[in-house]
Order: sequence, then structure tokens, then C-alpha cells
Amino acid sequence: MDYALFLGCIIPNRYPGIELSIKKVAENMGFGLKDLPGASCCPAPGVFKSFDHATWLALAARNLVIAESLGADVVTMCNGCYSTLKETNKILKNDFGKRNEVNEVLKPFNKEFKGTINVKHLLEVLYNDIGLEKIKGMVKKPLNLKIAVHYGCHIVKPTKERENIKSAERPKFFDELVEVLGAKSISYKDKMMCCGAGGGVRAAYLDTALDMTREKLENAQEAGADCIVTPCAFCHLQLDRGQIEIRDRTGTSFNMPILHYVQLLGLALGLKPEELGLFNNAVPVDSVLKKIGT
Amino acid sequence: MNEKPKPPIQIDKMDKEFLDTIIKAGAEKINVCIQCGTCTSSCPSGRRTALKTRQLMRKGLLGLKDEILNNKDLWLCTTCYTCLERCPRGVDPTDVILTMRRMAVQAGNMLDPHKRVAGLVIKFGHAVPIDEATRKLRTTMNLGENPPTVHAYPEALKEVQEIIKKKGFDKLVCYEWK
Ligand code: SF4
Ligand code: SF4
Repeated sequence: MDYALFLGCIIPNRYPGIELSIKKVAENMGFGLKDLPGASCCPAPGVFKSFDHATWLALAARNLVIAESLGADVVTMCNGCYSTLKETNKILKNDFGKRNEVNEVLKPFNKEFKGTINVKHLLEVLYNDIGLEKIKGMVKKPLNLKIAVHYGCHIVKPTKERENIKSAERPKFFDELVEVLGAKSISYKDKMMCCGAGGGVRAAYLDTALDMTREKLENAQEAGADCIVTPCAFCHLQLDRGQIEIRDRTGTSFNMPILHYVQLLGLALGLKPEELGLFNNAVPVDSVLKKIGT
Repeated sequence: MNEKPKPPIQIDKMDKEFLDTIIKAGAEKINVCIQCGTCTSSCPSGRRTALKTRQLMRKGLLGLKDEILNNKDLWLCTTCYTCLERCPRGVDPTDVILTMRRMAVQAGNMLDPHKRVAGLVIKFGHAVPIDEATRKLRTTMNLGENPPTVHAYPEALKEVQEIIKKKGFDKLVCYEWK
């Protein structure tokens, strides 16, 4: 089965290691990925949806139409892209007035939203389409790590727009995807709390965003985590580069390695750290590699 | 000391029509709010900032137009949706805040950093466009200097810009084409 890989902004333009990882992981696991030529910013839900609903919808529709032309479901590795594309896809599938409005705008470019594909988060592809059992069978290198999983917000919320999620308070699927790799998902205080970056807060009020990040990092550290693993590129950036920003402002160093889930999965599949772009984080992940003996 | 304390709510500032406008713009359920404060007590931003979600709902209900449209606290919400999940009345406070934000933007009250982010999408098609360091890194990873996005397809960027113009988004965020 092939998926249309929606890159968004952070992955290709700040953390290409995550892009490299998904390519290697897909190859290794045997599913295909197609590029979405000419895709743009999703556009980011917290900000663009906050500015103008119609523009948000039209730009997202353009991205969805590119995927439709490939006949492949979209896969994303950023909770923000997921939220925008999943929600706009649903709006345009169900609201014909809005669909007509958008198609009017897209017409000069020979584009038309038809509603033929679905939008999935990578974790949904792994959990629902591939399944834990199969993943378990592919693990070459069980990871003896204590991991603080950070779901991020938009992968589970709002639940009224997430048909697979019953409660946002204690979801389990991400913990299971981490534990199937041999690692332990530890419990820590306020595990479901936001990283602080969303909604345009990182752009407008960096200190506030970083204070939330600090709290998350402290809680993970107190619980004895070897690293934090996230399924979201934006949380990844906030938790990783945020540590440098916190250090520069307050002098506090957490030295907490941050991995995107696709990188953790790659390690368990036996891929090399260089194939997963693991040396390109702001905070080094050497302690993690040492512990798993890579 | 002799100054009379300002009453917390001034009747002449209440604008019933404004409440109707908020409701029509997307805050359909704001008027079932019982002011329980579950939203505020769940808010990761409000724990450390002036953002008071319950109070925003109240101000909306009272039709305090100026206090909503000029409210910088609206922009302290990370859209984490915790309040929306926990509100016992199904008010969907996050959606109310997003509606208020759009009204504030319409009224010309947009923060400068947000204008800048909007400007990046208009100019480059990405809210976070590529930089030199990442171009180099991509090359060493054999990923291609530019990703296969608008960055590699100039005609695709044109499309994005045309859509933006058609929607009047450039004017809304005071973007200057150069
Ligand atoms: S939780 Fe809901 S009902 Fe309670 S104050 Fe907030 S919006 Fe109103
Ligand atoms: S969605 Fe916004 S207002 Fe609601 S809890 Fe999260 S940060 Fe607070």
C-alpha cells in the first residue's frame, strides 16, 4: 500500500532527519511513500485557522487535491498538519457549500476537491493499518529504554473530530507502539499536557511557551526518563530547540534527548543512527544510543 | 484614594448584538456556559499567564465587545483543547476562542509576530521556510537541497499566492507585495 507523504514545514525545513527516517523505515517495513509535489504549509491550524477560516480551508484543500490526484491516503508526522488536513478533509467531504466555494477558487489551476482520500497520522498507519503484532515481528533490536511519551494535543483532541479516540485523558495507543519496541513507557506528571508551542504562542509569547516546555521537561526528568518521544514534528522542535532557548534564558540545562517516534522505530528495526538523522538534534541523543548499545 | 473604584462591568459597554455576532460566527454554544471554571482550571497556559478562559466566555456572554476584540490574552491559548474536552456543558471553549480571534483579526487587531508568520506563508508557501543550514544538511542526507514542496515548484508557489489574493488574506494581514 502506498501513502502520500505530507511533509509540512518543520520536517523538511528544520528536521530533515525525520524525513530521512520515514523513508528508511517505510523501505524496511515494506510500504510505499509518494511525494506530494508542490505541497505547501498545511496551513498551521493554531494560527491560520485563528486568522481566517476560508483561507485556511482553501490552502488545505489545495494540498488535499494533490494527494487525491495520486490516489493515495495522506500520512503526516506532525500533529498540526494532521489536525488541519484531517479536519478540512472532513468539512469539504460533508459541506457542499464550502466545497463549491473552495472549488471555485481552485478551478483556474485545474484542481477540484472530490473527497476521495483519507488523512492519517503515521501512528494510525502503524497501529491500525499495520498493527502491533506485525511490528513486533519486525523488531531486530529491542530497546531497553525508559521513555516519557509525549502525545501532543492534536493527535487526540478534539475527540469530536477524532473518531478512533474515546478519551483524551488516558489514551494508550502511543504507549503500546513504544512498548512493542521493547521499551518501557513510564508514567509521569501531567503526561497529556501541551508542549507550549501551539496556537501561535511560540511565535508571539516565546517565554510562555518555554515555561510550559520547562514544566514538561522537569516532569519527565523527575520520573527518570532516558528520553522523550513524540509523534509530532512541532512538539519535537519545541522540546528539542526549546531546551537551548531555556538554557540561554535561565541557565538550566536538561540535556533530555528528544526523538520523533519514527526515529525510535527505526532504531528498533535495526537502522543506523545516521540513517535516522539522529545526530542533527539540538540536544545530543548519545546517552540513548549508548544505553541501547548502538 | 478618593477615586471611585471602577465597576467590574459597565452596563453601557454591554452589546447584545455583539453576543449574537459571536454566536453566528461559530461560538454556537457559548450561552449554555454555567461559569463553573473547569476550563480555567484545566488550562496549561492560564496556570502561568493572564489567560482566564472562563472569564473570556463571560465577557462574550455579556457582549463586552471592546474587551474581546482588543484582548491580547486570546492569543495566549495554545489550542490544546483540554478545556473543550472537560467542559461539562459542551461549550467548546477552544472553538469560542478561535472565533473571537478571527473577529479580532477582522477588527485589525493582529499581533506583529503573527503578521510575520502569515507573511512567510504568503512569500514562501511555508510558515517555516527552508534556511541555508538545512539546505546543506539535506544535501548530506541525499534528500535533495529543496524538499519536493512549493520550495521546488515555483509555479506551485504562484498558485498558493493566487489563492491568498483571491481570499483577500494578504490585505487582512497587511502584507506588502514587493
Ligand atoms: S468549563 Fe464550560 S461551562 Fe464551565 S466555565 Fe468553562 S466554558 Fe463555561
Ligand atoms: S485550549 Fe486554550 S484555553 Fe483551552 S485549556 Fe488549552 S490553552 Fe487553555
